[in-house]
Amino acid sequence: MTDGPDISVKLGNLNLKNPVMTASGTFGYGKEFDSVIDLNRLGGIVVKGISLKPMPGNPPPRIVETPAGMLNAIGLANLGIDGFLKEKLPFLKTLDTKTIVNIYGHSIDEYAELAGVLKGVDGVDAVEINISCPNVDKGGLVFGKDPEVSARVTEAVAGNTDKPVIVKLTPNVSEITVLAKAVEQAGADCISLINTLTGMAIDIETGKPKLGNVSGGLSGPAIKPVALHMVYQAAKAVKIPVIGIGGIMTAEDAIEFLIAGASAVQVGTANFVNPKASIDIIDGLIKYCERKGIGSIQEITGSINVDK
Amino acid sequence: MIEKLCKILSNNQVAPDTYLIRFSSPEIASEAVPGQFVMLRINEGFDPSLRRPFSICGVEGEDVVKILYKVVGKGTKGLTYKDAGDSISVLGPLGKGFSTPDPLKENFLVAGGIGIAPLLFLYQKNKSAKIHFLSGFRTSGEIIDPGTAGFDAEHMIATDDGSAGYDGRVTGLLAEKLEQYKPDDTCVYTCGPHPMLKAVRDECLKNNVPCQVSMETFMACGLGACQGCVVKSDLTAVKTPYLHVCKEGPVFDMNNIDWESK
Repeated sequence: MTDGPDISVKLGNLNLKNPVMTASGTFGYGKEFDSVIDLNRLGGIVVKGISLKPMPGNPPPRIVETPAGMLNAIGLANLGIDGFLKEKLPFLKTLDTKTIVNIYGHSIDEYAELAGVLKGVDGVDAVEINISCPNVDKGGLVFGKDPEVSARVTEAVAGNTDKPVIVKLTPNVSEITVLAKAVEQAGADCISLINTLTGMAIDIETGKPKLGNVSGGLSGPAIKPVALHMVYQAAKAVKIPVIGIGGIMTAEDAIEFLIAGASAVQVGTANFVNPKASIDIIDGLIKYCERKGIGSIQEITGSINVDK
Repeated sequence: MIEKLCKILSNNQVAPDTYLIRFSSPEIASEAVPGQFVMLRINEGFDPSLRRPFSICGVEGEDVVKILYKVVGKGTKGLTYKDAGDSISVLGPLGKGFSTPDPLKENFLVAGGIGIAPLLFLYQKNKSAKIHFLSGFRTSGEIIDPGTAGFDAEHMIATDDGSAGYDGRVTGLLAEKLEQYKPDDTCVYTCGPHPMLKAVRDECLKNNVPCQVSMETFMACGLGACQGCVVKSDLTAVKTPYLHVCKEGPVFDMNNIDWESK
């Protein structure tokens, strides 16, 4: 036993050595950052979103910087579930951290099938469902914008897996708590939020959108206050653990999310700005607990004081 | 490859809107090959937040790395405010560089504007090879003189408006030169704006000369994780529809790129 504070967290059946994960799409499959940081220190790695078949992604430009943030329209480019299991998972299995596989489908059946492929696979510690993508059965309407459809996706995955199920919520909805409750009722073990906010940027010289895909997802410090509020609302609405995501660049940012009600966090865009951001955040959380005399970091979760 | 705070040794203007920054990094100076790049973090704050990619334009001794950059936006403007003695967070060296020129061949280095940067490094590392260094600029006032940047490289200049050197685009100069040599004995290395790269490629294709192209795109991580920096590939040469400039490039065989897209 060490003398320091206990920074391990329990997300239902998923135990993490610390509450800091790297967010899907910002950390590749872990290996990309292997030469820059000690991956074994991470609470978990959420891999780039995986589909049944390989996906080429969107035409460039795929990214554009905006004030204190960035827009991306990568188009969920990935090597497909078979490629992931064969080429990427073996490396992740050598690490002393949790591997969370982010999955997305184009129909409810595809989500269920992906969950089935991952069933019993050694080295996969949890599944995170990305519901922020278009549903081909519903004319391209994003799954996650419809609470009923989101619930059905959640049911389909939860009913076909032996792993903890995290549902990653889109913020592009009118009432986040409705969505949060719907997926909780459908069997989610945990929710993570927020995914990116839809946005765009235009080149005024050419009159063209700056992204090849016209619109994209906004991330980075610019979205943090929005994310924090949604996490606060969602955490009050559900009983399952909440993972906070959205513009977390520093330990102070992460602590805000914990106080607002998150049990853990995911670090995204910060990985691009500072490849060591996740490690700096873990170190900062330990220091904060020490300074505040906090024995277990889980005490912070939801400790917000809203008394007038 | 490292991510470290490096001490800036100098940061001076060497041409209009063009600066040379020198910083200390024994790791990068010893490891880097021409065509590779570094990602610099402009400031501690988050606007701009993303790092900026820059080709390495040379090394001095065992620990000095040099970057030649042109001010084009918020990031590069911010970089000009850095002074000698300041520290800067550097990630690199990154990507795949140029293959080493065959010393027995006629090697053409073809630069467009600030695209001269990685070619200066290629020149520095291959002084014993037969090098023909051609640089194109819009006008005489925009010429980047290698001497000013501390290089003893000699280049032939072309200006679009004919105000200095060859009268016309650098590809015109290249076309004249390529006629003098056998295609089998010739190789081209190029960096510059996209339309110029395409023109160089067309010239090389016409003359049946191999060409390595250094590409530039927006980039977030530089490590192959974000998949933001892709260019469209030529599917007759490459299996995947997109190539990642940060990892599979920034230097590509011209035949691997789809030049008709965008």
